[in-house]
Amino acid sequence: MYKIKIALILFIFSFTSYAQDELLELLEGESQGTDYVSATFKSTRLVNGHSVEVRSKGVLEFIISHRFGTLNSGYEQFWGLDISSIRLALEYGLTDNLNIGIGRASFEKVIDTFLKYRLVRQSNSFPVTITGFGSLTRKTIDVPGLEGVDRNTYSGQVLIARKFNPNLSLQLMPIVIQRNLVPTRRDANLLFALGLGGRYKVTNRVAINAEYYPQLTEFSDGFENSFAIGVDIETGGHVFQLHLTNAVQMNEQGFIGGTTDNFFDGDIHYGFNISRVFDLRPKTR
Amino acid sequence: MKKLLLILFVVLTGVQVYAQKFKSSESNIRFFSKAPIEDIEAVNTEATSIIDVDSKSFVFVAPIKGFSFKKKLMEEHFNENYLETDKYPKAIFKGKIENWDVGKGEAVVVAKGEMSIHGVEQQVSIEGTINYGDDNVTIKSVFLIALKDYKIKIPKALFYNIAEVVEVTISFQYQPYVQN
Repeated sequence: MYKIKIALILFIFSFTSYAQDELLELLEGESQGTDYVSATFKSTRLVNGHSVEVRSKGVLEFIISHRFGTLNSGYEQFWGLDISSIRLALEYGLTDNLNIGIGRASFEKVIDTFLKYRLVRQSNSFPVTITGFGSLTRKTIDVPGLEGVDRNTYSGQVLIARKFNPNLSLQLMPIVIQRNLVPTRRDANLLFALGLGGRYKVTNRVAINAEYYPQLTEFSDGFENSFAIGVDIETGGHVFQLHLTNAVQMNEQGFIGGTTDNFFDGDIHYGFNISRVFDLRPKTR
Repeated sequence: MKKLLLILFVVLTGVQVYAQKFKSSESNIRFFSKAPIEDIEAVNTEATSIIDVDSKSFVFVAPIKGFSFKKKLMEEHFNENYLETDKYPKAIFKGKIENWDVGKGEAVVVAKGEMSIHGVEQQVSIEGTINYGDDNVTIKSVFLIALKDYKIKIPKALFYNIAEVVEVTISFQYQPYVQN
Protein backbone atom coordinates (compact mmCIF):
# COMPACT_ATOMS: atom_id res chain seq x y z
CA MET A 1 0.00 0.00 0.00
CA TYR A 2 2.77 2.35 1.04
CA LYS A 3 4.75 1.37 -2.02
CA ILE A 4 1.85 2.08 -4.27
CA LYS A 5 1.41 5.50 -2.74
CA ILE A 6 5.04 6.32 -3.39
CA ALA A 7 4.77 5.01 -6.90
CA LEU A 8 1.67 7.12 -7.40
CA ILE A 9 3.38 10.23 -6.05
CA LEU A 10 6.47 9.60 -8.17
CA PHE A 11 4.31 9.01 -11.19
CA ILE A 12 2.34 12.22 -10.77
CA PHE A 13 5.47 14.17 -9.98
CA SER A 14 7.24 12.89 -13.06
CA PHE A 15 4.13 13.60 -15.09
CA THR A 16 4.11 17.29 -14.19
CA SER A 17 7.83 17.89 -14.42
CA TYR A 18 8.10 16.25 -17.79
CA ALA A 19 4.88 17.76 -19.11
CA GLN A 20 6.68 20.47 -21.09
CA ASP A 21 9.16 18.07 -22.62
CA GLU A 22 6.30 15.78 -23.51
CA LEU A 23 4.55 18.67 -25.25
CA LEU A 24 7.76 19.40 -27.14
CA GLU A 25 7.94 15.80 -28.23
CA LEU A 26 4.45 16.10 -29.65
CA LEU A 27 5.65 19.04 -31.76
CA GLU A 28 8.94 17.43 -32.74
CA GLY A 29 7.18 14.35 -34.00
CA GLU A 30 5.53 16.29 -36.77
CA SER A 31 7.04 16.15 -40.20
CA GLN A 32 8.30 19.30 -41.85
CA GLY A 33 7.81 20.29 -45.47
CA THR A 34 10.50 20.59 -48.13
CA ASP A 35 13.69 21.92 -46.63
CA TYR A 36 15.90 23.58 -49.24
CA VAL A 37 19.64 23.78 -48.86
CA SER A 38 20.96 27.31 -49.05
CA ALA A 39 24.41 28.83 -49.56
CA THR A 40 26.08 25.93 -51.35
CA PHE A 41 28.67 28.55 -52.32
CA LYS A 42 29.18 32.12 -51.15
CA SER A 43 29.36 33.59 -54.61
CA THR A 44 27.95 33.08 -58.09
CA ARG A 45 31.56 32.28 -59.08
CA LEU A 46 33.78 29.48 -57.84
CA VAL A 47 36.87 31.32 -59.08
CA ASN A 48 36.81 31.91 -62.84
CA GLY A 49 33.79 29.78 -63.61
CA HIS A 50 30.25 29.94 -62.35
CA SER A 51 28.84 28.19 -59.31
CA VAL A 52 25.26 26.90 -59.06
CA GLU A 53 24.32 30.00 -57.07
CA VAL A 54 22.01 32.60 -58.60
CA ARG A 55 20.99 36.04 -57.42
CA SER A 56 17.39 36.36 -56.35
CA LYS A 57 14.79 38.52 -58.03
CA GLY A 58 15.55 42.22 -58.17
CA VAL A 59 19.15 41.89 -57.02
CA LEU A 60 21.84 43.56 -59.09
CA GLU A 61 25.40 42.40 -58.62
CA PHE A 62 28.44 44.35 -59.73
CA ILE A 63 31.61 42.28 -60.10
CA ILE A 64 35.08 43.72 -60.58
CA SER A 65 37.68 41.10 -61.48
CA HIS A 66 41.42 41.43 -61.96
CA ARG A 67 44.07 38.93 -62.99
CA PHE A 68 47.63 40.17 -62.68
CA GLY A 69 50.77 38.95 -64.46
CA THR A 70 52.62 35.81 -63.39
CA LEU A 71 54.26 35.63 -59.99
CA ASN A 72 57.44 34.27 -61.62
CA SER A 73 57.92 37.34 -63.81
CA GLY A 74 60.36 38.87 -61.32
CA TYR A 75 61.00 42.36 -60.05
CA GLU A 76 60.95 43.84 -63.55
CA GLN A 77 57.18 43.19 -63.68
CA PHE A 78 56.85 43.57 -59.91
CA TRP A 79 55.99 39.86 -59.70
CA GLY A 80 53.05 40.34 -61.97
CA LEU A 81 51.37 43.33 -60.38
CA ASP A 82 52.41 45.68 -63.24
CA ILE A 83 50.14 43.84 -65.62
CA SER A 84 46.46 43.33 -65.21
CA SER A 85 43.59 41.85 -67.09
CA ILE A 86 40.21 43.24 -66.05
CA ARG A 87 36.59 42.23 -66.35
CA LEU A 88 33.71 44.38 -65.20
CA ALA A 89 30.28 42.83 -65.05
CA LEU A 90 26.70 43.48 -64.10
CA GLU A 91 24.43 40.59 -63.27
CA TYR A 92 20.77 40.75 -62.41
CA GLY A 93 18.10 38.44 -61.01
CA LEU A 94 15.08 38.51 -63.34
CA THR A 95 13.41 35.91 -61.13
CA ASP A 96 14.61 33.98 -58.11
CA ASN A 97 16.04 31.39 -60.48
CA LEU A 98 16.82 33.24 -63.73
CA ASN A 99 19.81 35.57 -64.01
CA ILE A 100 21.05 37.67 -66.89
CA GLY A 101 24.52 39.14 -67.12
CA ILE A 102 26.81 41.26 -69.24
CA GLY A 103 30.55 41.69 -68.86
CA ARG A 104 33.39 43.36 -70.61
CA ALA A 105 36.98 42.13 -70.44
CA SER A 106 40.16 43.98 -71.32
CA PHE A 107 41.68 40.85 -72.89
CA GLU A 108 40.81 41.01 -76.62
CA LYS A 109 38.08 43.50 -75.60
CA VAL A 110 35.62 40.65 -75.15
CA ILE A 111 32.02 41.42 -74.36
CA ASP A 112 30.13 38.51 -72.86
CA THR A 113 26.45 38.05 -72.20
CA PHE A 114 24.85 35.14 -70.45
CA LEU A 115 21.68 33.60 -69.10
CA LYS A 116 21.77 31.36 -66.08
CA TYR A 117 18.85 29.34 -64.78
CA ARG A 118 18.58 27.27 -61.62
CA LEU A 119 16.55 24.23 -62.56
CA VAL A 120 16.33 22.44 -59.24
CA ARG A 121 17.52 23.00 -55.70
CA GLN A 122 19.05 20.51 -53.30
CA SER A 123 16.59 19.69 -50.54
CA ASN A 124 15.62 16.90 -48.19
CA SER A 125 13.96 15.25 -51.19
CA PHE A 126 16.57 15.96 -53.92
CA PRO A 127 20.34 15.39 -53.66
CA VAL A 128 21.80 18.18 -55.82
CA THR A 129 21.31 21.69 -57.14
CA ILE A 130 21.39 21.94 -60.94
CA THR A 131 21.89 25.19 -62.81
CA GLY A 132 22.09 25.70 -66.55
CA PHE A 133 24.30 28.34 -68.13
CA GLY A 134 24.52 29.69 -71.66
CA SER A 135 26.70 32.48 -72.98
CA LEU A 136 27.57 34.42 -76.09
CA THR A 137 30.85 36.27 -76.28
CA ARG A 138 32.22 38.58 -78.93
CA LYS A 139 35.77 39.83 -79.41
CA THR A 140 35.59 43.53 -80.18
CA ILE A 141 39.35 44.08 -80.49
CA ASP A 142 40.41 45.64 -83.78
CA VAL A 143 42.28 42.89 -85.65
CA PRO A 144 42.52 43.01 -89.45
CA GLY A 145 40.69 40.07 -90.99
CA LEU A 146 38.72 39.21 -87.86
CA GLU A 147 35.19 39.76 -89.06
CA GLY A 148 31.56 38.86 -88.43
CA VAL A 149 30.68 35.69 -86.60
CA ASP A 150 34.37 34.73 -86.42
CA ARG A 151 34.45 37.05 -83.44
CA ASN A 152 31.81 35.04 -81.59
CA THR A 153 31.87 32.05 -79.28
CA TYR A 154 28.95 30.28 -77.68
CA SER A 155 28.92 28.10 -74.63
CA GLY A 156 26.53 25.86 -72.77
CA GLN A 157 27.18 24.44 -69.34
CA VAL A 158 25.46 22.32 -66.74
CA LEU A 159 26.46 23.00 -63.13
CA ILE A 160 25.66 20.25 -60.63
CA ALA A 161 26.55 20.80 -56.99
CA ARG A 162 25.95 19.14 -53.69
CA LYS A 163 26.45 20.63 -50.26
CA PHE A 164 27.62 17.56 -48.37
CA ASN A 165 27.73 19.32 -45.03
CA PRO A 166 27.77 22.93 -43.85
CA ASN A 167 31.46 23.20 -44.81
CA LEU A 168 31.96 21.03 -47.86
CA SER A 169 30.34 21.59 -51.25
CA LEU A 170 31.46 19.94 -54.50
CA GLN A 171 30.53 20.84 -58.04
CA LEU A 172 30.69 19.12 -61.40
CA MET A 173 30.37 21.45 -64.39
CA PRO A 174 30.71 19.95 -67.88
CA ILE A 175 30.79 22.58 -70.60
CA VAL A 176 30.68 22.73 -74.38
CA ILE A 177 32.10 25.74 -76.20
CA GLN A 178 31.68 26.54 -79.89
CA ARG A 179 34.52 28.72 -81.16
CA ASN A 180 33.97 30.06 -84.63
CA LEU A 181 37.68 30.77 -85.00
CA VAL A 182 40.28 28.51 -83.39
CA PRO A 183 44.01 29.12 -82.79
CA THR A 184 45.29 26.33 -85.06
CA ARG A 185 43.99 23.58 -87.31
CA ARG A 186 44.54 21.05 -84.51
CA ASP A 187 42.11 22.80 -82.20
CA ALA A 188 38.52 21.70 -82.45
CA ASN A 189 35.83 24.31 -82.98
CA LEU A 190 33.61 22.42 -80.60
CA LEU A 191 35.43 22.14 -77.31
CA PHE A 192 34.31 19.88 -74.49
CA ALA A 193 35.63 20.26 -70.97
CA LEU A 194 34.79 18.67 -67.66
CA GLY A 195 34.83 21.08 -64.78
CA LEU A 196 35.42 19.96 -61.22
CA GLY A 197 35.39 22.22 -58.22
CA GLY A 198 34.50 22.70 -54.62
CA ARG A 199 34.73 24.74 -51.51
CA TYR A 200 35.57 24.14 -47.90
CA LYS A 201 34.32 26.64 -45.37
CA VAL A 202 36.95 27.50 -42.80
CA THR A 203 34.86 29.90 -40.72
CA ASN A 204 31.36 31.31 -41.21
CA ARG A 205 32.71 34.03 -43.47
CA VAL A 206 35.80 32.46 -45.04
CA ALA A 207 35.94 29.59 -47.51
CA ILE A 208 38.61 27.98 -49.69
CA ASN A 209 37.63 27.29 -53.29
CA ALA A 210 39.26 25.36 -56.09
CA GLU A 211 38.34 24.52 -59.67
CA TYR A 212 39.86 22.55 -62.53
CA TYR A 213 38.67 22.42 -66.13
CA PRO A 214 40.30 19.50 -67.97
CA GLN A 215 39.57 19.67 -71.71
CA LEU A 216 38.24 16.51 -73.31
CA THR A 217 38.89 17.52 -76.90
CA GLU A 218 42.35 17.74 -78.49
CA PHE A 219 44.14 21.06 -78.26
CA SER A 220 47.41 22.34 -79.68
CA ASP A 221 50.72 22.72 -77.85
CA GLY A 222 51.10 25.77 -75.75
CA PHE A 223 47.63 25.53 -74.26
CA GLU A 224 46.91 24.31 -70.76
CA ASN A 225 43.93 23.28 -68.67
CA SER A 226 42.83 25.99 -66.31
CA PHE A 227 43.27 25.54 -62.60
CA ALA A 228 42.52 27.94 -59.79
CA ILE A 229 42.51 28.02 -56.02
CA GLY A 230 41.21 30.86 -53.92
CA VAL A 231 39.79 32.24 -50.72
CA ASP A 232 36.29 33.74 -50.36
CA ILE A 233 35.81 36.39 -47.69
CA GLU A 234 32.25 37.50 -47.22
CA THR A 235 31.22 40.62 -45.32
CA GLY A 236 27.49 41.22 -45.66
CA GLY A 237 26.80 42.64 -49.11
CA HIS A 238 30.35 42.14 -50.38
CA VAL A 239 32.23 39.00 -51.29
CA PHE A 240 35.99 39.28 -51.79
CA GLN A 241 37.52 36.40 -53.71
CA LEU A 242 41.31 36.26 -53.79
CA HIS A 243 42.94 33.57 -55.88
CA LEU A 244 45.85 32.04 -57.68
CA THR A 245 45.26 30.74 -61.20
CA ASN A 246 47.04 30.03 -64.47
CA ALA A 247 44.26 31.76 -66.43
CA VAL A 248 44.17 35.44 -67.28
CA GLN A 249 40.78 35.45 -68.96
CA MET A 250 37.56 35.47 -67.01
CA ASN A 251 34.93 34.27 -69.43
CA GLU A 252 34.41 30.59 -70.25
CA GLN A 253 35.78 30.57 -73.79
CA GLY A 254 38.85 32.42 -72.54
CA PHE A 255 39.95 30.57 -69.45
CA ILE A 256 39.00 27.09 -70.67
CA GLY A 257 40.15 27.31 -74.27
CA GLY A 258 42.70 30.10 -74.15
CA THR A 259 44.88 29.47 -71.11
CA THR A 260 48.56 29.22 -72.05
CA ASP A 261 50.30 29.27 -68.68
CA ASN A 262 51.19 26.21 -66.66
CA PHE A 263 50.26 26.55 -63.01
CA PHE A 264 52.78 23.93 -61.86
CA ASP A 265 55.63 25.61 -63.75
CA GLY A 266 55.03 28.67 -61.61
CA ASP A 267 53.07 30.67 -64.20
CA ILE A 268 50.65 31.68 -61.50
CA HIS A 269 48.55 34.79 -61.65
CA TYR A 270 47.31 36.49 -58.54
CA GLY A 271 43.74 37.71 -59.01
CA PHE A 272 40.61 38.84 -57.28
CA ASN A 273 36.86 39.22 -57.76
CA ILE A 274 35.00 41.77 -55.71
CA SER A 275 31.26 41.54 -55.77
CA ARG A 276 28.75 43.99 -54.40
CA VAL A 277 25.01 43.36 -54.43
CA PHE A 278 22.28 45.96 -54.60
CA ASP A 279 18.64 45.22 -53.96
CA LEU A 280 16.76 47.25 -56.55
CA ARG A 281 13.23 46.44 -55.44
CA PRO A 282 11.33 49.31 -53.87
CA LYS A 283 11.15 49.36 -50.11
CA THR A 284 7.68 48.51 -48.89
CA ARG A 285 7.88 50.17 -45.53
CA MET B 1 -5.80 -3.40 -3.46
CA LYS B 2 -7.86 -4.07 -6.53
CA LYS B 3 -9.99 -1.08 -5.66
CA LEU B 4 -6.95 1.12 -5.45
CA LEU B 5 -5.69 -0.02 -8.82
CA LEU B 6 -9.10 0.67 -10.24
CA ILE B 7 -9.08 4.16 -8.75
CA LEU B 8 -5.57 4.70 -10.06
CA PHE B 9 -6.66 3.56 -13.49
CA VAL B 10 -9.69 5.84 -13.49
CA VAL B 11 -7.66 8.78 -12.22
CA LEU B 12 -4.96 8.28 -14.83
CA THR B 13 -7.30 7.75 -17.74
CA GLY B 14 -9.28 10.68 -16.43
CA VAL B 15 -6.14 12.80 -16.58
CA GLN B 16 -5.73 11.75 -20.17
CA VAL B 17 -9.28 12.64 -21.09
CA TYR B 18 -9.43 15.98 -19.35
CA ALA B 19 -5.90 17.08 -20.16
CA GLN B 20 -6.98 20.01 -22.27
CA LYS B 21 -4.31 20.50 -24.84
CA PHE B 22 -4.42 23.05 -27.60
CA LYS B 23 -2.21 23.01 -30.65
CA SER B 24 -1.42 25.99 -32.84
CA SER B 25 -3.28 26.14 -36.11
CA GLU B 26 -1.79 29.45 -37.15
CA SER B 27 1.41 31.10 -36.05
CA ASN B 28 3.26 34.27 -36.77
CA ILE B 29 6.62 35.24 -35.31
CA ARG B 30 8.08 38.50 -36.50
CA PHE B 31 11.33 40.07 -35.51
CA PHE B 32 12.25 43.63 -36.11
CA SER B 33 15.59 45.36 -35.79
CA LYS B 34 15.71 49.11 -35.98
CA ALA B 35 19.08 50.39 -37.13
CA PRO B 36 20.44 53.60 -38.64
CA ILE B 37 21.02 52.31 -42.17
CA GLU B 38 18.07 50.03 -42.60
CA ASP B 39 15.36 48.36 -40.59
CA ILE B 40 15.46 44.61 -40.76
CA GLU B 41 12.36 42.52 -40.52
CA ALA B 42 11.64 38.83 -40.87
CA VAL B 43 8.48 36.80 -40.51
CA ASN B 44 8.09 33.14 -39.67
CA THR B 45 4.78 31.34 -40.07
CA GLU B 46 6.19 27.82 -39.60
CA ALA B 47 6.40 27.77 -35.82
CA THR B 48 4.27 25.31 -33.86
CA SER B 49 3.08 25.49 -30.30
CA ILE B 50 1.09 23.54 -27.72
CA ILE B 51 -0.63 24.73 -24.56
CA ASP B 52 -1.68 22.34 -21.85
CA VAL B 53 -4.37 24.15 -19.91
CA ASP B 54 -4.22 21.81 -16.90
CA SER B 55 -0.54 22.17 -16.22
CA LYS B 56 -0.47 25.67 -17.76
CA SER B 57 2.48 24.50 -19.80
CA PHE B 58 3.33 26.42 -22.93
CA VAL B 59 5.91 25.38 -25.51
CA PHE B 60 6.77 26.53 -29.00
CA VAL B 61 9.26 25.50 -31.64
CA ALA B 62 10.29 27.83 -34.45
CA PRO B 63 12.44 26.49 -37.31
CA ILE B 64 15.06 29.20 -37.91
CA LYS B 65 14.95 28.54 -41.65
CA GLY B 66 11.32 29.59 -41.56
CA PHE B 67 12.25 33.24 -41.06
CA SER B 68 11.60 34.95 -44.34
CA PHE B 69 13.37 38.22 -45.17
CA LYS B 70 12.62 40.58 -47.97
CA LYS B 71 16.25 40.38 -49.03
CA LYS B 72 17.13 36.78 -49.76
CA LEU B 73 20.84 37.39 -49.36
CA MET B 74 20.21 38.79 -45.91
CA GLU B 75 18.23 35.65 -45.12
CA GLU B 76 21.18 33.56 -46.24
CA HIS B 77 23.55 35.53 -44.02
CA PHE B 78 21.10 35.29 -41.12
CA ASN B 79 21.17 31.50 -41.41
CA GLU B 80 24.82 31.05 -42.37
CA ASN B 81 26.61 33.62 -40.26
CA TYR B 82 24.46 34.67 -37.33
CA LEU B 83 22.13 31.88 -36.26
CA GLU B 84 24.27 29.05 -37.69
CA THR B 85 21.11 27.24 -38.66
CA ASP B 86 22.81 24.05 -39.78
CA LYS B 87 24.09 23.59 -36.22
CA TYR B 88 21.12 25.08 -34.37
CA PRO B 89 18.04 24.61 -36.55
CA LYS B 90 15.37 25.56 -34.01
CA ALA B 91 14.41 28.16 -31.47
CA ILE B 92 12.55 26.52 -28.59
CA PHE B 93 10.63 27.90 -25.65
CA LYS B 94 9.28 25.70 -22.89
CA GLY B 95 7.72 27.07 -19.79
CA LYS B 96 4.71 27.67 -17.66
CA ILE B 97 2.10 30.36 -17.80
CA GLU B 98 2.10 31.99 -14.40
CA ASN B 99 -0.57 34.12 -12.74
CA TRP B 100 -3.23 32.68 -14.98
CA ASP B 101 -6.55 31.89 -13.34
CA VAL B 102 -7.69 29.50 -15.98
CA GLY B 103 -10.98 30.74 -17.27
CA LYS B 104 -12.64 31.95 -20.38
CA GLY B 105 -11.79 35.34 -21.70
CA GLU B 106 -8.71 37.47 -22.04
CA ALA B 107 -5.97 37.73 -19.43
CA VAL B 108 -2.56 39.34 -19.17
CA VAL B 109 -0.11 36.65 -18.13
CA VAL B 110 3.59 35.91 -17.84
CA ALA B 111 5.19 32.82 -19.33
CA LYS B 112 8.26 31.77 -17.37
CA GLY B 113 10.66 29.23 -18.71
CA GLU B 114 13.61 28.37 -20.84
CA MET B 115 14.31 29.92 -24.23
CA SER B 116 16.83 28.21 -26.46
CA ILE B 117 18.20 30.09 -29.47
CA HIS B 118 21.50 29.50 -31.27
CA GLY B 119 22.21 26.62 -28.89
CA VAL B 120 22.12 28.90 -25.83
CA GLU B 121 19.51 28.43 -23.11
CA GLN B 122 18.27 31.38 -21.10
CA GLN B 123 15.69 31.65 -18.32
CA VAL B 124 13.16 34.21 -19.46
CA SER B 125 9.78 35.57 -18.52
CA ILE B 126 7.62 36.89 -21.28
CA GLU B 127 4.53 38.99 -20.79
CA GLY B 128 1.63 38.49 -23.10
CA THR B 129 -2.10 38.10 -23.39
CA ILE B 130 -3.99 34.85 -23.56
CA ASN B 131 -7.54 34.61 -24.79
CA TYR B 132 -9.28 31.39 -23.84
CA GLY B 133 -12.33 31.04 -26.02
CA ASP B 134 -14.96 28.32 -26.18
CA ASP B 135 -13.06 26.09 -28.50
CA ASN B 136 -9.90 27.99 -29.21
CA VAL B 137 -7.04 29.88 -27.60
CA THR B 138 -5.09 32.90 -28.80
CA ILE B 139 -1.73 34.07 -27.47
CA LYS B 140 -0.04 37.32 -28.32
CA SER B 141 3.17 38.80 -26.99
CA VAL B 142 5.84 41.36 -27.77
CA PHE B 143 9.23 41.00 -26.13
CA LEU B 144 12.86 41.94 -26.63
CA ILE B 145 15.82 39.68 -27.26
CA ALA B 146 19.38 40.83 -26.72
CA LEU B 147 21.54 39.09 -29.32
CA LYS B 148 24.50 38.81 -26.99
CA ASP B 149 22.42 36.76 -24.52
CA TYR B 150 22.34 34.06 -27.17
CA LYS B 151 25.94 34.51 -28.32
CA ILE B 152 24.88 35.84 -31.70
CA LYS B 153 27.92 37.76 -32.84
CA ILE B 154 27.77 40.85 -35.00
CA PRO B 155 31.07 41.93 -36.51
CA LYS B 156 31.77 45.65 -36.18
CA ALA B 157 32.66 46.27 -39.82
CA LEU B 158 29.36 45.20 -41.22
CA PHE B 159 27.37 46.78 -43.92
CA TYR B 160 23.99 46.01 -42.48
CA ASN B 161 23.85 47.68 -39.16
CA ILE B 162 22.01 45.36 -36.88
CA ALA B 163 20.57 46.51 -33.59
CA GLU B 164 21.85 44.67 -30.53
CA VAL B 165 18.34 44.15 -29.25
CA VAL B 166 15.59 42.97 -31.54
CA GLU B 167 11.87 43.15 -30.99
CA VAL B 168 9.99 39.88 -31.33
CA THR B 169 6.23 39.73 -31.83
CA ILE B 170 4.51 36.38 -31.53
CA SER B 171 0.96 35.47 -32.27
CA PHE B 172 -0.47 31.97 -32.04
CA GLN B 173 -3.96 30.65 -32.63
CA TYR B 174 -4.87 27.29 -31.20
CA GLN B 175 -7.42 24.55 -31.77
CA PRO B 176 -8.05 21.58 -29.44
CA TYR B 177 -5.30 19.03 -29.82
CA VAL B 178 -6.34 15.69 -31.21
CA GLN B 179 -3.93 12.85 -30.73
CA ASN B 180 -3.47 10.88 -33.92
